Amino acid sequence: MARIVAGIGCSHVPAIGVAMDKGATGTPYWEPLFRGYGPAREWLTQLAPDVAIVVYNDHANAFSLDIIPTFLIGVADRFPIADEGFGPRPVPEVKGDSRLAWHLAESLILDEFDMTIANQMPVDHGLTVPLSVTCGQPAEWPFRVIPLCVNVVQYPPPTGARCYKLGQAIRRAVDRYEEDLRVVIYGTGGMSHQLQGERAGFINREFDTAFLDGLTRDPLALTRIRHTEYMREAGSEGIEMVMWHVMRGALNEQVAEVYRHYHVPASNTAAGLVILENRSAA
Amino acid sequence: MSSPREYDDIPGTYVYDAERGRQGYALNMFCMSLNKPENRASFKGNEAGYLDRFPLSAEQRRCVLERDWLAMLKAGGNIYYTIKIAFCDGLTFQDVASMMSGVSKETYAQMMLAGGRSPEGNRYKEGRSSPQAPPRAEK
Repeated sequence: MARIVAGIGCSHVPAIGVAMDKGATGTPYWEPLFRGYGPAREWLTQLAPDVAIVVYNDHANAFSLDIIPTFLIGVADRFPIADEGFGPRPVPEVKGDSRLAWHLAESLILDEFDMTIANQMPVDHGLTVPLSVTCGQPAEWPFRVIPLCVNVVQYPPPTGARCYKLGQAIRRAVDRYEEDLRVVIYGTGGMSHQLQGERAGFINREFDTAFLDGLTRDPLALTRIRHTEYMREAGSEGIEMVMWHVMRGALNEQVAEVYRHYHVPASNTAAGLVILENRSAA
Repeated sequence: MSSPREYDDIPGTYVYDAERGRQGYALNMFCMSLNKPENRASFKGNEAGYLDRFPLSAEQRRCVLERDWLAMLKAGGNIYYTIKIAFCDGLTFQDVASMMSGVSKETYAQMMLAGGRSPEGNRYKEGRSSPQAPPRAEK
């Protein structure tokens, strides 16, 4: 039986990827951020999952405004690295798990989540930066990856509550999969940040801290945060945090936070990383 | 879709909603085209000529040619798209953020190092810290 063993919440700031790709992680600017990633990498190496479901948003790379899927799952066996406007990141191609991904697609749709299915798509920094943050710079990524995209670029994204329920449905689907696999799920994006307008650079440490605390203490309360509150309190792009609810919904009601790292700034953004492990039975 | 939205009172913020989606589609799809290296080269070679391929408004053209980042958002630009013009110019997200917020790159970088733009006074337009009290019901 497959099972979800842990959840990871992780910002996907593109500049973090650039810092790694250009060998700048030891500079005074970046060192405090990257120092905090070390324990997460050790934890993940110990855990050695078979598959990661990475919940992220595409940033005008795989998808344009022509077609805007609210929820999409990538079912390919491989996903090339996107050229986001300055050449593809020099990171390994992402290997998928087509069989499990198709199982998820079928299960989710029959469970009333109307997924879009992608057989062919490049993946951008939204997916590759969390892999880099938690895996470092290996020649090959150490596990297979199933991309699960959430629209947060065209308003409105799905609600936090809907995202949480999608996570619960993912959990039910993984639990029904017969192959013996250990699965981790990433919720990516955030934390507070605003990239646009005169209010660019908006950061709210208090909101972020309460959000991180809430993932363990009262995740259902977090799912009731409305879109306007995210935009007002966490910056217009902080609304990406709805994607963390997919991750949280896929875990047990009771989880333990085994690691947290929070740092300001990473370019325009408050960078967060949290690791949650399932505790008592669901 | 032009009715007031509850997020309209967030200062300095251009939510890419239905109205901006209708306004900005062509502008943003031009930006998307810059994901291809050959298109980046064509654009840099002849910006005005390259823009002729897209049905942009006069204001949208002006914003792009003059790199008026803030006006691009007002003309329907979506930051995840318009940033591709900046990448094409060799600028970073932080460079553009400083220009949109009207301060120097150094001042902006310093603000971020000091913890970012504070929520205090920046949650509501006109610096209000809480929603305006609803008007009293008439007796």
